[in-house]
This record gives sequence, C-alpha cells and structure tokens, in this order.
Amino acid sequence: MSAAIHVRDLHKRFRTTQALAGVSLDIEPGEFFGLLGPNGAGKTTLISVLAGLTRADAGEASVMGHDVVRDYRQARRALGVVPQELVYDPFFNVRETLAIQSGYFGLRHNDDWIDEIMHHLDLTPHAHKNTQALSGGMKRRLLVAQALVHKPPVIVLDEPTAGVDVDLRRSLWAFISGLNREGHTILLTTHYLEEAEALCGRIAMLKAGRIVACDTTRNLLRHTNEHCASLRLDVESLPSGWQARVQRDDDGNWRFSFGDYTELENLLADLRGAGVRVRELHLQEPDLEDVFTDIMQRA
Amino acid sequence: MSGLPALFYKEMLRFWKVVVQTVVAPVVTALLYLLIFSHVLEAHVQVYPGVAYTAFLVPGLVMMSMLQNAFSNSSSSLIQSKMQGNIVFVLVAPLSYLEFFLAYLGAAVIRGLVVGAGVWAVTWVFVPFVMPHWGWLLAYALLACAILGALGIVAGIWAEKYDQLAAFQNFLILPLTFLSGVFYSIHSLPAFWQTVSHFNPVFYLIDGFRYAFVGQSDADPWLGLLVSFGCFVAISALTLMLLRSGYKLRH
Repeated sequence: MSAAIHVRDLHKRFRTTQALAGVSLDIEPGEFFGLLGPNGAGKTTLISVLAGLTRADAGEASVMGHDVVRDYRQARRALGVVPQELVYDPFFNVRETLAIQSGYFGLRHNDDWIDEIMHHLDLTPHAHKNTQALSGGMKRRLLVAQALVHKPPVIVLDEPTAGVDVDLRRSLWAFISGLNREGHTILLTTHYLEEAEALCGRIAMLKAGRIVACDTTRNLLRHTNEHCASLRLDVESLPSGWQARVQRDDDGNWRFSFGDYTELENLLADLRGAGVRVRELHLQEPDLEDVFTDIMQRA
Repeated sequence: MSGLPALFYKEMLRFWKVVVQTVVAPVVTALLYLLIFSHVLEAHVQVYPGVAYTAFLVPGLVMMSMLQNAFSNSSSSLIQSKMQGNIVFVLVAPLSYLEFFLAYLGAAVIRGLVVGAGVWAVTWVFVPFVMPHWGWLLAYALLACAILGALGIVAGIWAEKYDQLAAFQNFLILPLTFLSGVFYSIHSLPAFWQTVSHFNPVFYLIDGFRYAFVGQSDADPWLGLLVSFGCFVAISALTLMLLRSGYKLRH
C-alpha cells in the first residue's frame, strides 16, 4: 500500500532562503502526524509543495501514491488542505462556497455531504450568511469544511487553531480526531505543542528546512530523561554535597533536576538523615515542549 | 468530471452578484457618452456618407463597453482573489491550466457580451438599426471579448497590487480603446496617425464591428478579422504559457 504522503529529498529555495534542504518523509495511511518547527522552518513550504501551490526545485512528493506534479489531478483529489491564513471569498455565502468548491473537484450533486459537514462543524445556521459576515471562528470552520468537500483521504491542517478560542479548538479537535478514527490521514502543523502531544502518534521536527527529529510521540518524550522535582522544606540550607545540584526558586521551593530516580531517593534519604522535613514534593515529567526546545537547541 | 464548469459558474456568479456595478453602470456610462457626443457633433460631423454621426457612434460605444468589461472581469477577479488569498481554493483543485484559462475567459466573454447587448438595447431608442450583418457582428464581438478577456487574465496574473492593474488599464487598455476610432474615423487623422492606428488591433475590432452595423468601414473587414484572430491566438498563447509556468500564482 502506498504511503499517504511520501516525500523524498525535497529542495526548495526562495531567493536567499533555503526553505527545504533535502526533506524526506513517509506518512502512513491512517496516521495522525505532527509537523513541528519554529517559524520559517519550512513547514508551510512542505505543505505547499504537497498541495501544488509551490513547485519544488528538486526531489519528489506524492499523495496516496500520486505524484504531485505528474499526476497532480489524482494527488489533489486525495488531499484536503486547511490553509493557515483566514481566507474567504466575500462574494458568496457558506453554502455557495462549499458547492463551488465541490464543483472544482468535479462533484456536481454533493448536497448531502455538504449538509453533513456543515452540521458537524456547526455551520448549518450560517449556511446562507455571506462569508464576510462570519466570525473568525466560523471562517476557520468554513476553511475546514472546504478542505473536506471532496472527502479526501489525506487532510492537511496548517496551524488550524491559531487565534481560535478554547471551545472551537476543542470541537475542532473532536471532529478531526473522529475523521482520523474513520481512517483519514491527518498532517498537522501547530505551534501549540500540547495539542501535538495529545493528538499526534508520530511527529517530525523541522529546522531550517531539514528534519532534525522524526519519531513516535512516545519515543520523542523519552528523548530527554531529565525529570524535575520541586520540594518545599522546613530548612534554609541543604545538607552538604547537595547545594550545587539543588537550586532555590523565587517562591522558596527547591528544584532538583535528575536523570534517574535513585538520585531523588538519595536526596530524600540524605534529607531524612539530616532531620529535614519535606512539606511538599511535586514531580514534573518532561513534555513535548521540553523535548522540542532541547532538539532545536542541539540541531 | 472536470472542475471547469464550476469555476466558470463561480466567475459568472461573481459578476452577477454585483450586476449594478458590472453591467448597469457601464451601460449608463455608454449612454452618457452617446447623449453628450451626439448632442455636440450630430449636426456637424458626418463620417460616412448617408450615415448619421449617432449611427456611427453607437457601434463604437457598444464595442468599447465590451472591450473594457471583458478585460475588467478577468483582471479584477484574479487580482481580488490574489489580494484576498482565496485564489488558493482554485489552485489546490485538480484543474489544468487550460481549464483555468477557459473558465476565466468564458466568463469575461459573457460579461462583455451582456454589457454590449445592454448598451445596444438602450441606444436603440436613439438609433434603431435595421438588421445588421449578424455574422460580422458576432465574429467581432466574440473575438473582441476573448482578446480583452485573455489580456485581463495576463494583467490579473502580473499585477501584484491594485494600482499596478489600474496602470495596465489606464496606460494600455484605455488609450488603445480611445485612440481606435470609437468617436471618429481614422481617415480624419493626419497620415502619420492613420498609419499608427493600423498598428492598433483595437482599431480593427471597432472598425469591423461598425461595418456589421453600417456596412462601411475604414479597413477591409476580412483583414480586420485576420488581425483580430491573430491577436487572439498570440495573447491566448502568452496567457497559457504564463498559467502553465505558474507565473506569480504558484511559487
């Protein structure tokens, strides 16, 4: 079976900027895949190449086995793109917009599916509203609906929750997760790392047009074995040997970073031996943000 | 099934939704031209023997309106889509560059013809033409709208800002139209400018179109047809080349 998205040695240069510098990637059908990276890392360029909005200088890209240049019609039929910018056509209402978008994909009688998408995205009450009159959140929903009118097996979401309120974010993710459970492949770029951590099974990190990490979210979270403990103690100084390793923060708590839990056991044993009483102890596990920051600094 | 009909329908719906601006306004403008010029010149100018100045002027005004509106339709649609970013919806669709071209061109031709028909209808009150030469009329009307519609696509693709499109319109389309014999016969010009006029393809469009109404022209209508068709082929080829390369549309 073909990869949902296949990218091999992709290069793209914009004047002085090397946007993509040899990106290779395979995303399997049914995956919820995250593409992370700082601004200018090449995420949107990669998506644009897949969607046919940008032409790569070298390399190959395909969607569901269809080359995005040679077999562009099939590749585009297999792909639904939710663009990053909140764009809309102010000449039309919501239903017209979706009917026209269906027509671009050769679908003439698509009303049942359009009704269903509008229902799921809570757009039905706004069906006859001009797109200009929609709120920002509704415009975002309309973009998602437009990307889905032709029932694409692969859906690309380029920062879909940027500037979106919590309610919409939750309902959007519930809907997208449902599509993923039904078998749609999802490629997501986002700056909200907690979203990527919660939703994506696999994540690739881009920096300066190169993939600097690509693994399952679980493995990436294991990437750093740095744990942190925050302790509230009833003393002002620590037993000898620990002063250098345990720092006091502005709130008066003691912060201890460690790789192995035996180090924490040793600290607690020494504290007990010195007669120090631990009033509070909080453990902080590494999250994707820590991993992301660490990888970006090292890359 | 192809996405071409949907893109064509979208372009039609777009101009029809603002019909006052896209159809009614140019018809009123043409009517004002007719009232003013015919009032001032009717008694003083007779361009062709036996043809009143108003009868001379009407075909020119109809053609000028068609030219300007066919150009406006494709160019303004494209620049607006580019500026607002919604061109992305068309670009991610499985449409070929030829389908893209035909949809924008088709809508531009229809708008040109609708405006032309509107101008002719309101000027009918002043100049009720007897049956014109329908073949010449249709051939020149279609070619004129197609040439300017295609040129509008080129301008819409090329322009990155509204003022660049306005420059294209004001410094190229408008002079070509006004200096092509809408209001006068080129035989009234000095010899040098008569020669220059023969290098203006819009002159042949207006002259040939007028021939369909009054049966008289400055140039041979067959020559005009050949020049116009050549222009259409050349501009279409340029447009298709730009679309195929993705110039200013796909990075």
